[in-house]
Amino acid sequence: MMISQFFVLSQRGDNIVFRDYRAEVPKGSTETFFRKVKFWKEDGNAEAPPIFNVDGVNYFHVKVVGLYFVATTRVNVSPSLVLELLQRIARVIKDYLGVLNEDSFRKNFVLVYELLDEVIDFGYVQTTSTEVLKSYIFNEPIVVAPARLQPIDPAAIFTQGAKRMPGTAVTKSVVANEPGGRRREEIFVDIIEKISVTFSSSGYILTSEIDGTIQMKSYLSGNPEIRLALNEDLNIGRGGRSVYDYRSSSGSGVILDDCNFHESVRLDSFDSDRTLSLVPPDGEFPVMNYRMTQEFKPPFHVNTLIEEAGRLKAEVIIKIRAEFPSDIVANTITVQMPLPNYTSRASFELELGAAGQRTDFKESNKILEWSLKKIVGGGEHTLRAKLTFSQEFHGNITKEAGPVSMTFTIPMYNVSKLQVKYLQIAKKSSSYNPYRWVRYVTQANSYVARI
Amino acid sequence: MAPPAASQRYPSPSQPSGKSEVSDLKSQLRQLAGSRAPGVDDSKRELYKKVISYMTIGIDVSSVFGEMVMCSATSDIVLKKMCYLYVGNYAKGNPDLSLLTINFLQRDCKDEDPMIRGLALRSLCSLRVPNLVEYLVGPLESGLKDNNSYVRTIAVTGVLKLYHISPSPCIDADFPATLKSLMLHDSDAQVVSNCLSALQEIWSLEANHSEEACREKESLLSKPVIYYFLNRIKEFNEWAQCLILELAVKYVPSDSNDIFDIMNLLEDRLQHANGAVVLATVKVFLQLTLSMTDVHQQVYERIKSPLLTLVSSGSPEQSYAILSHLHLLVVRAPFIFASDYKHFYCQYNEPSYVKKLKLEMLTAVANESNTYEIVTELCEYAANVDIAIARESIRAVGKIALQQYDVNAIVDRLLQFLEMEKDYVTAETLVLVKDLLRKYPQWSHDCISVVGGISSKNIQEPKAKAALIWMLGEYAQDMSDAPYVLENLIENWEEEHSAEVRLHLLTAAMKCFFKRPPETQKALGTALAAGIADFHQDVHDRALFYYRVLQYDVHVAERVVSPPKQAVSVFADTQSSEIKDRIFDEFNSLSVIYQKPSYMFTDKEHRGPFEFSDELGNISITPEASSDIVPAQQYEANDKDLLLGIDQKDDNKGLSNNNGSAYTAPSFESSSNITSQLQELAISGPATSAITPQSSFGFDDLLGLGLSAAPAPTPSPPLLKLNPRAALDPGAFQQKWRQLPISLTQECSLNPQGIAALTVPQSLIRHMQSHSIHCIASGGQSPNFKFFFFAQKEPEPLNYLTECVINSSSAKAQIKVKADEQSTSQAFATVFETALSKYGMP
Repeated sequence: MMISQFFVLSQRGDNIVFRDYRAEVPKGSTETFFRKVKFWKEDGNAEAPPIFNVDGVNYFHVKVVGLYFVATTRVNVSPSLVLELLQRIARVIKDYLGVLNEDSFRKNFVLVYELLDEVIDFGYVQTTSTEVLKSYIFNEPIVVAPARLQPIDPAAIFTQGAKRMPGTAVTKSVVANEPGGRRREEIFVDIIEKISVTFSSSGYILTSEIDGTIQMKSYLSGNPEIRLALNEDLNIGRGGRSVYDYRSSSGSGVILDDCNFHESVRLDSFDSDRTLSLVPPDGEFPVMNYRMTQEFKPPFHVNTLIEEAGRLKAEVIIKIRAEFPSDIVANTITVQMPLPNYTSRASFELELGAAGQRTDFKESNKILEWSLKKIVGGGEHTLRAKLTFSQEFHGNITKEAGPVSMTFTIPMYNVSKLQVKYLQIAKKSSSYNPYRWVRYVTQANSYVARI
Repeated sequence: MAPPAASQRYPSPSQPSGKSEVSDLKSQLRQLAGSRAPGVDDSKRELYKKVISYMTIGIDVSSVFGEMVMCSATSDIVLKKMCYLYVGNYAKGNPDLSLLTINFLQRDCKDEDPMIRGLALRSLCSLRVPNLVEYLVGPLESGLKDNNSYVRTIAVTGVLKLYHISPSPCIDADFPATLKSLMLHDSDAQVVSNCLSALQEIWSLEANHSEEACREKESLLSKPVIYYFLNRIKEFNEWAQCLILELAVKYVPSDSNDIFDIMNLLEDRLQHANGAVVLATVKVFLQLTLSMTDVHQQVYERIKSPLLTLVSSGSPEQSYAILSHLHLLVVRAPFIFASDYKHFYCQYNEPSYVKKLKLEMLTAVANESNTYEIVTELCEYAANVDIAIARESIRAVGKIALQQYDVNAIVDRLLQFLEMEKDYVTAETLVLVKDLLRKYPQWSHDCISVVGGISSKNIQEPKAKAALIWMLGEYAQDMSDAPYVLENLIENWEEEHSAEVRLHLLTAAMKCFFKRPPETQKALGTALAAGIADFHQDVHDRALFYYRVLQYDVHVAERVVSPPKQAVSVFADTQSSEIKDRIFDEFNSLSVIYQKPSYMFTDKEHRGPFEFSDELGNISITPEASSDIVPAQQYEANDKDLLLGIDQKDDNKGLSNNNGSAYTAPSFESSSNITSQLQELAISGPATSAITPQSSFGFDDLLGLGLSAAPAPTPSPPLLKLNPRAALDPGAFQQKWRQLPISLTQECSLNPQGIAALTVPQSLIRHMQSHSIHCIASGGQSPNFKFFFFAQKEPEPLNYLTECVINSSSAKAQIKVKADEQSTSQAFATVFETALSKYGMP
């Protein structure tokens, strides 16, 4: 169960930190790894899998904010243990640095080494708890101003790649003090839901799933106990049967297919009143992950039309309608659609008075892209695109294009109707009243409409 | 330790170009070394940071070693830590200089501050300089006794480090014994778990040459130790929990209550958010229940949902690791996952390595009820922008068709693929249509009419071209222009780069010629001439052979080249079930990710602390034994006191039904079994005491007296008497199995009644026991079963160990025998084979 080395590489392959715990893997492992990942060709796959073996050395990696977190070992270890560990190391470092990126890494590498020495000894994991580590760590983080971050939506800070591992808006270190020397007593609870929906060409929902996380980050001093009450009508599917089997339209109550919990969560009263109690450790962590296939109302309706207009031309019309209340605003919406291979040109026509919209035809991979800064609930937007082909098409044009996929973020909205009814903090004194932030966000994971 | 090689790409203004910066640092450090001025620590920190930053990007800063050590006389813990990091990095390469550090590290090991004591001890043990080990033992001894748990935690790992630098001082100081006592008594969970990992490593390595270490290693798997860990598993952090669960997998439970106790104890670990904990728990559940078919299936049902949640909650990398395990389970027990097929649909933005796994899972779970929907979904992917995935999807459709579900609809879809007119789609589809026709010749009519419409000019890929040519030859009578298409292709012989295609052209031309001679004669002539002149040896040989056989006799040629064909019923599986079982036994390891058993990608010493090293290795006997031991021990009880045995059985049933657990014991032992058992035992009784001619034929045969009335084709074996009450504990068995060479391997057959009886594998165990051959472990599922048996010669207690792999579909058994006494192993094998051949006989 031990790893041999841990290192972090930048996107260009530079070492940012490198720690060899067991001296079992020959020199040059960072180069070997980077070459392999960069020029992966095996099995016709475009990208390197997270685990591969070169000359008897197993390489594990996860990508976080564009950086490669890598572990090597010669031992036949548990793969999920190592990948989980890498992800956890990234999270611990983020807890300390506040902001995780190449710059903050470089400024704080001594602190990172200090952390790594306590997290792993001789290849064996010791602890990944920010709480526990606090008493062993002496370097102060050099905080990188969050202003240097890209101005993106809060929930996307800790994200990378297609499937997201959302973080919270909080970009301050768990150890750094506020200016003025005092820490603000506050706690953040984020309910983050990634939704996957596939619509058939006739608009029916073929599959839908919600993958949710209740994420917590606590800055409370003295580790008070917290009670988190969820919907009383919450049900958890039993016996491993898929909810696909008895999907009902009546839809009373929230039915989770399954869920799991962080170590610190106590479920003593969960069965009776749907309350989780825990003493939150420092740092960011998921209190609960859940999965739902119960039917829900998709936030966007997508309608696509593709029509031939002569022998070398066609027109595409994409219409999206926001099916949520008008006090909710979705942001950073992108719509993508692969066009036929032989498309040579696309000209776009947005509706009159459209603001904050951009269109693009990506010549290299023949993809139409339409991005919108925001969509207000109930709103409807249309894009028309005229396509020109370099050769006559034959057969069915709808088989050559699509499907249409969407990404978006909808703050303060969740499709599952799972709610935190209240967040109770054990009081230390009558004047103790920390800030509590409970926020909801819905993101598209895979939102696809076939045409 | 090797610092990483230099990388010059980071565009930093402070990027040092070479030596001048390092010597600069050196002099600055020297200035500060003796200084006690206020604020000096801050300046030191800055310099240290520079040194470490150089070290990270691969610049050799070992030349400032002396200065770094001089500067380390400080109470600033941040400085100390940087210094330790530096020293740890360069000590191995500079053993002489390392001696300098010993002094201050030893002093720090006695510091008042436990933090400094711990850090210093860790650095001291990380120097990895063999001639300094004498300085380690003392500090380690006091570290293990330290009243601060942080120091003890580090000391425990320090012992392991010492062992790796030099084992003998570690063993001489009796450190393993100290660790063992800490493991069982320390109040700190991290100390305990570090002891466990250190001891596993040390004893596994020592076990190669020390009987005692071998025993100690086994003792970690004893019931008290396992329960000690399992009962307090929640006191450990999630990583240590994984370690404990891995240990528990190897535990041999004493009875079924033991199994259910463990499962109920660990039940809530399946709800853990850490996938590694869940997978380790799943492995325990799967291995514990291997021989309890019903419960094993319940386990599958139970673990499904938690695994699916993990797949969708983590990062793509984590989902991949979980999904690979789910893939293994799905392929093993597709029917359990058949209703979950929608979870294996691909999402458009998933990495291709995930999609590939999902496609295989969809193929595996396809059955009568879901095939239509799965195939519809797969057809969507065939138009995917990702060409590799589109190809995989088409192949998946083909595989499902070959599984015989709803072939009719699938053939239609495949033919629709051909209408898409995408090169790669057409290519993949052609290959599939060819395979389909080999299995379902009745579809030839529909397929051929569509395939006939494909222009061979549009097909470039050799595999697809070869498939098309094969069809042209095979169905020449149904495709009106077959001879002409072939003729065209033959005319372009020179341009055909693939030898595979040219070989197929030759054969197709022959077949076509037999069916439509006048139209093909010319083309065949051209093909043979070109083939004989071909530079490729195989093509040349085949052409020449065809030519000569045609010369000899056309009818013979036809019988050789184009005999009437039988439809292929099953295409060969690419992976043997033996290999699949090994991978399953290595659940929760890289074997699952690579889809290979560990011996294929890892050298011996790295297969993990508890894997067994030789060919018994990965079929690790213990987990299987765990499931088997239930009946085995009950027989033993029966053997000793039959009445008591029956009572116990009732007790067991009562307990397992009443304990309110989620799992219930299977009730495969009915009272009728017990009676038959009694009979068997009664029969085997006399065999032990007397070699009497009036014994039943079975014994005569068994004992090889040659008095048997039954025809015995085998030469009468030498006299071999086995001890019916032989005993061997699983640990001893493992050790022997490891040590002894294989003395013989042979294949024998089972009779059909035996195969039928094998639906209850326990019956074989009972049967063999009646022949004084005792089972120690068993496992597997239909059609592959594996048993480990042992027997003991009488009067001298020499052991025979046997691995017996039975394939119930071929009714064959492979046996491997290892014996204390090589000379009698053939005799034993004969006894074994005879006993096996009687299995299932009334």
